[in-house]
Amino acid sequence: MSDKLKVNTMSDYFAEGKTPEVLFWVGCAGSFDDRAKKITKAFVKILNSINVDFAVLGQEESCSGDPAKRAGNEFLFQMQAISNIEVLNSYDVKTIVTTCPHCFNTIRNEYPSLGGNYKVYHHTQFLKKLLNDGRLKIKGGSYKGKRITYHDPCYLGRANNEYEAPRELIAKLEAELIEMKRCKSNGLCCGAGGAQMFKDAEKGNKEVNIERTEDVKETNTEVVATGCPFCNTMLTDGAKTIEEERKISVMDISELIAKAQDL
Amino acid sequence: MSFLPNIIFFIVLTTSIGYFISNVIKLRRNINLGIDLDIDVSKDSKKRWANMAKIALGQSKMVRRPISGALHVIVYIGFIIINIELLEIVIDGLFGTHRIFSFMGGFYGFLIGTFEIFAILVLVSVSIFWIRRNIIKLKRFYEDSMKGWPKLDADLILYFEIILMSLFLLMNTTDASFQQMNTGNIVSGYIYPFFENYSANTLHLLERSFWWMHIVGILIFLNYLYFSKHLHILLAFPNTFYASLEEKGKMSNLKSVTNEVNLMLNEMGSNPTETIDDNINEVAKFGASDVSDLNWLQLLNSYSCTECGRCTSVCPANITGKKLSPRKIMMMTRDRLEEVGKNIDSNKGVLVDDGKKLIDDYITREEIWACTSCNACVEECPISIDPMSIILEMRRYLVMEEASAPSELNNMMSNIENNGAPWPYNQMDRLNWND
Ligand code: SF4
Ligand code: SF4
Repeated sequence: MSDKLKVNTMSDYFAEGKTPEVLFWVGCAGSFDDRAKKITKAFVKILNSINVDFAVLGQEESCSGDPAKRAGNEFLFQMQAISNIEVLNSYDVKTIVTTCPHCFNTIRNEYPSLGGNYKVYHHTQFLKKLLNDGRLKIKGGSYKGKRITYHDPCYLGRANNEYEAPRELIAKLEAELIEMKRCKSNGLCCGAGGAQMFKDAEKGNKEVNIERTEDVKETNTEVVATGCPFCNTMLTDGAKTIEEERKISVMDISELIAKAQDL
Repeated sequence: MSFLPNIIFFIVLTTSIGYFISNVIKLRRNINLGIDLDIDVSKDSKKRWANMAKIALGQSKMVRRPISGALHVIVYIGFIIINIELLEIVIDGLFGTHRIFSFMGGFYGFLIGTFEIFAILVLVSVSIFWIRRNIIKLKRFYEDSMKGWPKLDADLILYFEIILMSLFLLMNTTDASFQQMNTGNIVSGYIYPFFENYSANTLHLLERSFWWMHIVGILIFLNYLYFSKHLHILLAFPNTFYASLEEKGKMSNLKSVTNEVNLMLNEMGSNPTETIDDNINEVAKFGASDVSDLNWLQLLNSYSCTECGRCTSVCPANITGKKLSPRKIMMMTRDRLEEVGKNIDSNKGVLVDDGKKLIDDYITREEIWACTSCNACVEECPISIDPMSIILEMRRYLVMEEASAPSELNNMMSNIENNGAPWPYNQMDRLNWND
């Protein structure tokens, strides 16, 4: 697993006097969380396989500020946002893609009024665009004919009205998409949003991720696809908790694609 | 002497309209206790009118739940259409005429016939509503905050509608001249046989009684609105008009904070992207601990809430047994606002500190911290209310004014502050995922 992927930073590019086609905003989960790092790698593998000219900020990237803002700390959020915008603008960044719907939402919706105006893509949207432009080819591979369900991340779905891009990608895998009873705009949260990821839940009779994993279980599928590192963690934990006989694997859409293309 | 009924009618009508207007004025005043909201309606007024037409008038979001949605549409259309008849009733009442529009003949019959059919449909739908609430006992109508007045209010509205519709039909039934016209009595014609043997005098007396009870009932209902969740039949319109047009994920950026952050970054020798606005100096307070810290749209939201509980029934926190209920957030905001309004009324127009606030006295911290900001409540609300925005404002208060976030969140925030990630990892290791 230790073979290093080809990844350039913005400062590398800058040193060569070049600008990449797109900035890949990795996000904190994608940088540090062991499970999410795999998503980052899968996405990079896809980009590299079709020679997309991208760069990351690397050590110059910092938290987008989403969890601070949703916890009510507007100061900290704006500190993060304004410093990030400064870095992004200094590199004259125009287009950003990210594998995290929270970063996606924050940079897309909350950075503009602070001076950060970029075209922001969630990675499923970006992959769809590459597909439409004829640059990316997806074959079914190991997922052909498999039953897959999809969990809508709140910050991609309801928050930004993107329900179709991930579904189109799943369709390209020639998999059979089985919808959960609560899906699209009715989708149930995984329980991580609004800074809940970082604290224990208030007293109740169930964890939200268990409630959601039960929805997954009801579909009788072996794979639940999603597009958010936090949803991924929550559902993976949920599956571990309720699982007895069957294995539910929680996969990011970019991982499904990378795997199907044998990347 | 023959003018007496007209004079009485005039007095009843003007008093109730007057009382209604005085309550509308109070309502406006209370809503305006909220802070200003930075929206420019003229910029996208077309979209706003369209939303209002679609969501409030067209009830497009009601049908997300097909059964209650369809029933509600019937009651709503029925209610509006039947109220066209009010025009005739008021003219008759004021001038002592009787069915002044009946000269229209066949068309008049068509109108009244339609009203009668709708009256029956409304009666059926309202009865089903009553059964859903009181016999099937749908879960979303039962939670602690729905006990007492909210429950009674919901039932009273149903009784009101049953009584008003019945009176409308009985009034038509016992109207001998209308029955003789034999056009439009589509429903009442079938009830008439039960009254056929009454003397003309008795029948007239009955007709007058039903007529009076019907109009007085409507006027009482009109004035009941202010005290009821039924206020939504009026406020749903401004509410959907002013509702945010932004992506749901977008939370407002506090301007006052931008200014301070820019000042701070300047001192740290960094060049902020935004210039510093000298006009924003001192802000009294960050976030909201009481209703007067919320914006007027949030207060309008609270008066518009129908207490239907659709938001709560999709709230992940509520579904999993947490105390948070977005409906309760709206109800408590309204209750507190009413309390503040009464306080102002009884203290000659100024608010005398009552030692209470929205946080703690109405909404607990436990509720505020349980929200996942998933937007399910906002998506689900049939009249575009945003309970989440109120929760966020209260979090802002708790964090920025009181520094009283749960300790795990404080850890998360100090991690972001110190090393640019919510976990204790070093920013220099950001690229290590590729090792
Ligand atoms: S945004 Fe908060 S209050 Fe609304 S449904 Fe989600 S968790 Fe519940
Ligand atoms: S906020 Fe909307 S969905 Fe929730 S109870 Fe009120 S009207 Fe119903």
